[in-house]
Amino acid sequence: MTPFRVSIVAAIAAVILLLVILELIRSRRLQERYALLWLLTGIVILILSAWRGLLAKLADLVGIAYPPSALFVLASFFVLTVLLHYSTVISQLADQNRILAQRLAILEHDLRSREEED
Amino acid sequence: MAELAQPVVESIEPELARRRRIAIVPAYNEEHTVARVIEEIRAFDPGFAIVVIDDGSTDRTAVAAERVGVQVLRLPFNLGIGGAVQTGYQYALDNGFDLAVQVDGDGQHNPQEIARLVDPILAGQADMVVGTRFAEGGGYRGTRLRRVGIHLFAGLVSLMVGQRVTDTTSGFRAVNRKGIRLFAADYPHDYPEVEATVLLARHRLRMVEVPVVMRIRETGSSSITALRSVYYMVKVLLALFIGLFRRYSTPLEEP
Repeated sequence: MTPFRVSIVAAIAAVILLLVILELIRSRRLQERYALLWLLTGIVILILSAWRGLLAKLADLVGIAYPPSALFVLASFFVLTVLLHYSTVISQLADQNRILAQRLAILEHDLRSREEED
Repeated sequence: MAELAQPVVESIEPELARRRRIAIVPAYNEEHTVARVIEEIRAFDPGFAIVVIDDGSTDRTAVAAERVGVQVLRLPFNLGIGGAVQTGYQYALDNGFDLAVQVDGDGQHNPQEIARLVDPILAGQADMVVGTRFAEGGGYRGTRLRRVGIHLFAGLVSLMVGQRVTDTTSGFRAVNRKGIRLFAADYPHDYPEVEATVLLARHRLRMVEVPVVMRIRETGSSSITALRSVYYMVKVLLALFIGLFRRYSTPLEEP
């Protein structure tokens, strides 16, 4: 069984994480679509730290002897998922950035040639 | 769009003179060489429209190019050779050109050799022509490491496109309207030449190599330094590998 203290600390950390995310969304510093994975991370960790029986069962299922380790494994899995998601977002932004730069260069050129004609 | 000057050089093939032709000159910090490259292109054929893409230079490349009276597209920041060249193809597409030649702004390509480059296109034998340093008649001096890398890619790309390719990293190329349309819509990033060759084959466009002699760079340094070579190799290998499984759907017909 997970030591009681580990559960308390993990639960508090999850609650803080959730509150910070909600505040970031509220103040419009974080868009909902990018917050979803984070919210899911916080909720899952909160549930597993509160529901200690479930965590023990889960750890047993995948062969982890010490249940709190399962909590860490799960947390790092979510963090990896979030990072991978961000990499795709960055790639997309870089692409859009390139297209904007190219369009801008051509538009600026057209604008200047038009000004010279006038 | 500036009016195209009528060719005055008699040696220009009549077939070339009939084409709406443009030289795409990517330049990144080439203020000392870009004007001479432009003059050399004009000396070869004054009928070439010339567009210089200033790839976010920190020197006066754009000013040097404008001073000799060519069109200059200024990218707001450095995109790398792929993004810069693609801007040129987009410009060529927008302005209805049907023959485009890529000539580096650093002076390593000899514009006199454009004649050889455009020949297979004028004859209708190819959609893209690449100036190669390794085919018979060409000459190349470079470090052994770079030669090994270039040959490795050449072998790999030859396998992938089912045609012998000797120089996949040459940026001295000519394309027809089909090629312009393809590259305006889809052009690889960082180190684009290798992938562009495969991309072209995937779209069933025809590629031909002609031997050229490249000059030794006068100023600046190659965009591929020793340290970057490894990154370059891995990145291109990954891109080639993924490219095998990618679906290509760029529309190539005129709308």
